[in-house]
Amino acid sequence: MPVLFKHVQVKHKMNQAVDRSKRKFLIAATSAVGGVAVAGVAVPFVASMMPSARAKAAGAPVEVDISKIEPGMLLAVEWRGKPVWVVYRTKEMLDMLGKHDDRLADPNSDQPQQPDYCKNPTRSIKPEYLVAVGICTHLGCSPTYRREIGAGDMGADWPGGFFCPCHGSAFDLAARVFKGVPAPVNLVIPPHQFVSDSMLLVGLDSGAIKAQRGVDK
Amino acid sequence: MTALQKLLGWVDDRFPLTATWKTHLSEYYAPKNFNFWYFFGSLALLVLVLQIVTGIFLTMNYKPDAALAFASVEYIMRDVDWGWLIRYMHSTGASMFFVVVYLHMFRGLMYGSYRKPRELIWIFGVLIYLALMAEAFLGYLLPWGQMSFWGAQVIVNLFAAVPFIGEDLSIWIRGDYVISDATLNRFFAFHVIALPLVLIALVAVHLVALHEVGSNNPDGVEIKKKKDPVSHIPLDGIPFHPYYTVKDIVGVIVFLMVFTAIVFFAPEMGGYFLEANNFVPADPLKTPAHIAPLWYFTPFYAILRAVPPLFGSQFPGVMAMGLSIVVLFFLPWLDRSKVKSIRYRGPIYKVALALFIVSFVGLGYLGLLPSTPIATIFAQVFSVIYFLFFLLMPWYTAIDKTKPEPERVTG
Repeated sequence: MPVLFKHVQVKHKMNQAVDRSKRKFLIAATSAVGGVAVAGVAVPFVASMMPSARAKAAGAPVEVDISKIEPGMLLAVEWRGKPVWVVYRTKEMLDMLGKHDDRLADPNSDQPQQPDYCKNPTRSIKPEYLVAVGICTHLGCSPTYRREIGAGDMGADWPGGFFCPCHGSAFDLAARVFKGVPAPVNLVIPPHQFVSDSMLLVGLDSGAIKAQRGVDK
Repeated sequence: MTALQKLLGWVDDRFPLTATWKTHLSEYYAPKNFNFWYFFGSLALLVLVLQIVTGIFLTMNYKPDAALAFASVEYIMRDVDWGWLIRYMHSTGASMFFVVVYLHMFRGLMYGSYRKPRELIWIFGVLIYLALMAEAFLGYLLPWGQMSFWGAQVIVNLFAAVPFIGEDLSIWIRGDYVISDATLNRFFAFHVIALPLVLIALVAVHLVALHEVGSNNPDGVEIKKKKDPVSHIPLDGIPFHPYYTVKDIVGVIVFLMVFTAIVFFAPEMGGYFLEANNFVPADPLKTPAHIAPLWYFTPFYAILRAVPPLFGSQFPGVMAMGLSIVVLFFLPWLDRSKVKSIRYRGPIYKVALALFIVSFVGLGYLGLLPSTPIATIFAQVFSVIYFLFFLLMPWYTAIDKTKPEPERVTG
């Protein structure tokens, strides 16, 4: 090391004093430019980890024929690899919904777990059709459909709904979470729309379609 | 001068071979009073080598593809010559890695090995522990069984609980909206390339820092304070090689007896090393009735479940789980005791450490069970003790009645 610095010092003597502030500035400027370059190169690498075009295409909306669902029954379809439930709620089921708001964590759907057009007491576009992502908001297990009102193992005051076997979270028939269970928020209502009386489109709502058509024109 | 000595001289003129050998082995002076607890550092190194070697051979037949992964593991188990042995060595090695590392960390806690001047050794060690947990988690997805899939689903969803960016963060980690082929492929890349490199680098700096300041010992006194006036060798130091290399070989043999017994007679260890549900291929639409992580993660899983959701978010639980590991980094500055080793500590620290160990093991046990109200209360009590052990440490270690440390190690 000392040998290495010897001729540097000799040179410095010839040039008299070293301009330290200039050296500091040059080091800072070089580091900053280098830093920007590193950050710039990192962008494509980080972005390459986002869903690919193929994964996005697989996340395309799915059409569901709802004409065959019997009243009270649940139809599960796959959208973006997740189960999406379509439940045909009977009048009796819908009547139950308003009666247990005090036992729910978020009865008015204040948390953004649904599109704005489903922020209503039944969390739906058409009250009889509940469309929800069947993934527990606790840690991602898939709850079981427990439609029987007052089912023995769920307690006499069970108003019908969904129960997650993993950690015991419970949701009502509007997919709203009960108080005192591990899941913090209601189940997600995916963007959806009714294309016709018998056809449901999951994954895209009419607002998005209008926007897309506007771009196409 | 023999030809071999000539060759060595030729190399030494170009590469510090003899000098490195001396610095790190034949003239690295370690305290002469190492006991049983000092086996686990070298054993961790052994397991690291085992995992790397068995891992390389597994990749020769494993296919990181959601459609092929599960079958390729079964192929290794049934059709590849000795494939079952290599795979069981790797899966048993994962659990034994944590056994050894937990005992190694406990040694550090008992003898104050994290105290000045060894703070960086401890910090590098905690980083190794973190990298090891990431490595184990990533590897667990690869067999693509039900527990692989749903375990990864639960853990990646922890990141989704981060406010504001969580949802995008979890999509970025998965590379998809759910755990999928893209996730499996990248976890494979991280598991076989990225994290092993990180681990090896961290182990290297852990050892460099250790050999810079020298090893602690069961008495917690610095052997460098008492040196031979002529040779400048610590009076209580003995060369690592041959003394401790030979001692460690005994440890290696005993360890390998236990290790091979598990590999040959109980590779699944009653579901604790390999879970039964993982022999069922991954099914994204059907959750197994009971999800528990592997045993080495359960203390932290129990802390996660012990914290109830607050303000409509499960983030507090995720925070508590993260902090339970982050707090380890601050340990060197939390401990204000005059002495390092448990041998000279007062009763308060001994009780605190005992409570901490009971809580940690208790949390580990509770994390294996389905959550019930009574289990949750226990988990909450244990979690509070876990954190209080660290957060109250500056006070209780300062007021604790310590015994005077000896001048030299007591043998």
